[in-house]
Amino acid sequence: MGSIGVLLLSQVAPYLEQELNKRYNLFRLWDYPKKSHFLTQHGASIRAVVGRSTSGADSELIDALPNLEIISSSGVGVDKIDLIKCKEKGIRVTNTPDVLTDEVADLTIGLILALLRRICECDRYVRSGNWKRGDYKLTSKFSGKTVGIIGLGRIGTAIAKRAEEETHHIINREVISALGPKGFLINIGRGKHVDEPELISALLEGRLGGAGLDVFENEPHVPEELLGLENVVLLPHIGSATVETRTVMADLVLGNLEAHFLGKPLLTPFI
Amino acid sequence: MTEQNNSNSSNEESQNNNNLPKVFLHVPPKFSFVLPPNPSHNFHILNPGGLPSLHQFIAADPHHASSIAAIVCSNVYPVTADLLQLLPSLRLIFTPTAGTDHVDLSECRRREIQVAGIGNLFSEDVADMAVGLLIDVSRKISAADRFLRTQLQPSSWDFPLGSKLTGKKIGIVGMGKIGSEVAKRLEAFSCKISYNSRNKKSSISHPFYSSVLELATNTNVLILCCALNDETRHIVNKQVMLALGKGGIIVNVGRGGLIDENELLRCLIDGEIGGAGLDVFENEPHVPKELFSLDNVVLSPHAAVLTSESFNGISKVVEENLKAFFSNKPLITPAMLV
Repeated sequence: MGSIGVLLLSQVAPYLEQELNKRYNLFRLWDYPKKSHFLTQHGASIRAVVGRSTSGADSELIDALPNLEIISSSGVGVDKIDLIKCKEKGIRVTNTPDVLTDEVADLTIGLILALLRRICECDRYVRSGNWKRGDYKLTSKFSGKTVGIIGLGRIGTAIAKRAEEETHHIINREVISALGPKGFLINIGRGKHVDEPELISALLEGRLGGAGLDVFENEPHVPEELLGLENVVLLPHIGSATVETRTVMADLVLGNLEAHFLGKPLLTPFI
Repeated sequence: MTEQNNSNSSNEESQNNNNLPKVFLHVPPKFSFVLPPNPSHNFHILNPGGLPSLHQFIAADPHHASSIAAIVCSNVYPVTADLLQLLPSLRLIFTPTAGTDHVDLSECRRREIQVAGIGNLFSEDVADMAVGLLIDVSRKISAADRFLRTQLQPSSWDFPLGSKLTGKKIGIVGMGKIGSEVAKRLEAFSCKISYNSRNKKSSISHPFYSSVLELATNTNVLILCCALNDETRHIVNKQVMLALGKGGIIVNVGRGGLIDENELLRCLIDGEIGGAGLDVFENEPHVPKELFSLDNVVLSPHAAVLTSESFNGISKVVEENLKAFFSNKPLITPAMLV
């Protein structure tokens, strides 16, 4: 299989990169100064694309890879892959569901607690020496609060289990106003689920109590206005980012590729 | 006529007060909210607002000291044997704190002074903080938040991976109300719970280990939820930390004195343990500055009970206990005498 051309779209965990390199003829997109140059030269030899959910695979890229058979994505979101195009062209798409469910749910509870109890701010308070001048202020209790979960899939359900609270499905465009100055928003889904400019002005004007964000509309760009706020917790899309889980995800990516090229059923097909 | 009536009624009032048992607020004035003025009518607060202080009060007239039947204290002013010596009529100490290590409990027992505490008012908040600190250390939440706020806009996010919490083996030291609230929460994360406590608890189905060393040997995480006393001082020492191991995490929401702090520092710096989430320290508010440069620790300024909800509940518990005590009824939330 060492002659099969695989295109790696963005940096992944070293383990995955090493294994791909061992098994296939690996091309790293960032090694080439011009994407168009790479595609003209090598596009025809690419039979598989590997990336993270943030790399995606748009229509332009797919069209430039005439021999593309499978996109194996590390992550569960497939929103950046042109699925319609893939379906039309019979290109298989796999992701890594289930293996990261616990991880994202754990982080979500961590985000809620960090936000309501101001844990990151407390940590800053101690490190800056401010504790010598006086106690930290009162924060908000978490236990007993009502949690609304948008998207009650595998991850949403796992969050509910940890929060142990009755959940109700909020389907409301005006959710930010409805949450109000004592409400908190946690986003571990996709940045585009939230109107970011609206969220920012709500936070700056005190119309929303606070936000815990693992995702942003334009990663890795974080709106500057958020950087100085103490009622937000900002994370660089680390929902599934543990050594354990990224290794399991990598194994799934590799397993899907292997199954495809050996003509066996895919492990976790999305299409 | 009116004047006379007024002075008669105020005389009457102070006479009534004279007959009521006397309660003294032995707290800094900023904590005087723990017992607002004019509560129940079966006791009288000598210093509403927390002023004068106890020492000012006794200095003004030593006879005053013998009038005090109950004090409400805080962990800011320790209640020592010397202090108790000054209060011959004292029958009750109320401490609205999660811990009682600032009160000389054996001296109280000797003098037959009852001690009441805050009961379970803070337990949920302390347990939430323990879980919050654990997830933060495991998943590097504070470090990640710091990373995003302090670096210039990059073209990509290169941030180190954390470690998985679901399914981890958790060792809880102290299975009182706080310890069981922590266990309950981490069970929902499919963690495997075991514990060490002074005594095995028949109501708890999780495995019991008779020493903290054994507990550390068999778990990946230690969460300290026990009281500080002579038996538990430095209960987490070098041996325990080495047994916990290089990936191990320690969370402390008990008292700083439960851990040998110098040894903890060494183990963190040398990589002998994986990380620590600390809400308490041996010498608060002093925190060893070597901790400030570490990304695998999360530091909190003894804030586990600092929620509006917990604080708003305090005065009610204080008042209910004082009312019960002075009606010769059992205390609502007696503190465990060690």
